[in-house]
Amino acid sequence: MTRKLVVVSAGLSQPSSTRLLADRLAEAATRELPAEVLNVELRELAADVANNLVTGFPSPALAKVLEAVVEADGLIAVTPVFTASYSGLFKSFFDVIDNTALTGKPVLIAATGGTARHSMVLDHALRPLFAYLRATVLPTAVYAASEDWGDGHEELAPRIARAGRELAEAVRSRPQATPTAPEFSPDAVVPFAQQLANLGIDPS
Amino acid sequence: MQFGIFSIGDVFPDPTTGRRQTEHERIKGMVALAQKAEEIGLDVFATGEHHNPPYVPSSPTTLLANIAARTERLILSTSTTLITTNDPVKIAEDFAMLQHLADGRVDLMLGRGNTGPVYPWFGQDIRQGIPLAIENYALLHQLWRQDVVDWKGRFRTPLQGFTSTPRPLDGVAPFVWHGSVRSPEIAEQAAFYGDGFFANHIFFPKEHFVRLVELYRARYAHYGHGTAEQAYVGLGGQFFIRRRSQDAIREFRPYFDNSPVYGGGPSLEDYQAQTPLTVGSPEEMIEKTLAFREHFGHYQRQLFLVDNGGLPLKTALEQLDLLGEHVLPVLRKEFASGRPAEVPAGPTHAERLAKRNAEEEK
Repeated sequence: MTRKLVVVSAGLSQPSSTRLLADRLAEAATRELPAEVLNVELRELAADVANNLVTGFPSPALAKVLEAVVEADGLIAVTPVFTASYSGLFKSFFDVIDNTALTGKPVLIAATGGTARHSMVLDHALRPLFAYLRATVLPTAVYAASEDWGDGHEELAPRIARAGRELAEAVRSRPQATPTAPEFSPDAVVPFAQQLANLGIDPS
Repeated sequence: MQFGIFSIGDVFPDPTTGRRQTEHERIKGMVALAQKAEEIGLDVFATGEHHNPPYVPSSPTTLLANIAARTERLILSTSTTLITTNDPVKIAEDFAMLQHLADGRVDLMLGRGNTGPVYPWFGQDIRQGIPLAIENYALLHQLWRQDVVDWKGRFRTPLQGFTSTPRPLDGVAPFVWHGSVRSPEIAEQAAFYGDGFFANHIFFPKEHFVRLVELYRARYAHYGHGTAEQAYVGLGGQFFIRRRSQDAIREFRPYFDNSPVYGGGPSLEDYQAQTPLTVGSPEEMIEKTLAFREHFGHYQRQLFLVDNGGLPLKTALEQLDLLGEHVLPVLRKEFASGRPAEVPAGPTHAERLAKRNAEEEK
């Protein structure tokens, strides 16, 4: 069965170095483990994400992406650094996703910035965010500053390769998700007698 | 099939004029809407329950008793009564009292509310929302069916030899709907008791509610109350109509764009395409409403929201006139066509009394 990777990129400019890093990471992962890759550019969903915050439900286009994230075997999440953290759009996307959607899912985190001074954003902002969502955040996180696309390249490339390898290994060793009964199916419901018993109420 | 309106009782300012109705105007306006509902041939008026501004209906049975005295046929209901933060003993007493005054024209919809601070204001813990709904209803259910109740639970002080008065009219408890936006536990609760399930069906795409209603229907059959098709389903909806579609859209758009629920989000056009909201001509409303049956199966009660977000009373009353003249007769005719005989009509006191008497004779 083909594994599925979703690559979420929150870059805003075109071309974007955030997307460039996302592509390199996806390439590194699929070199180790063939997978179907879905690229998600959050810029294209910016209004849909904002609307979901306001209305409480996703547009059809956003719903499709959220579903793909839930079904993915692994996730690559890349954000530009804005004002000392992930971008607001990046955070908003993970705000509207169901808070159980990433449970146990291998997630490779990465960020881009103008200088290397913000690289701790990975460990101080992204890692706690995905830890809260109970994702399995891979040990290697990748930060690319502008300089890394030039002279610094010798350090960035091996780091990308290592992160890709970690993601591939985590996805490969993870048992294929067994389909569980959907939330509102009669098979998933807690029988009412049980609900009453939990409260010590005699159902008669 | 019963048709009616449900009101949140909000006093948001009219975005086109900036004018905000006084609480007094709004409360009297809700009574006027209920009277108009009866006049145009609707079956039900339901009021919300809120305990914070800008909402007026904190005391639903007081409002409904006043309406009962001014109407002849209308069923008085709620949307919803807070089963979590009201004392179930007081709910039993208040609604039995109302049932007598209204000669049986009463049912109620139980819900958990959508305002977090109401829990601490009434001494409860929001994290216990579902257990409160389950325990409190278990007690309410007993109080209406047993003359003398002994009770000990987790949330309220125990009762020994307690009799809730007045006893329900003719010994028949008011029909109960359970309303929920996202909790399968509540669909399960409604199915267990053989009560109704109401999907608010506004503000969200229908697909979400379809799954909840399907769960309720399947479990209703599981508990042996009848077939899945015989379960009691109610749906909400919202409309704004004018004779010409473009007039409805032009007039409603400022209310949509500045709505406390819709404002700042998708366009009116996108929102209409994604949710049950209808803004357009009577024909468009008929078409959209008839489709509800395709998605949910034959159902028992359709309630519409017509008066929120600062819409003036005069406009809301006009909406009901248009509904009564151009939409309701067609909906009644179309919903009746192809409806299997075994699918129950909307619940009434008379029908429940007859059923009870028939069971006693057996």
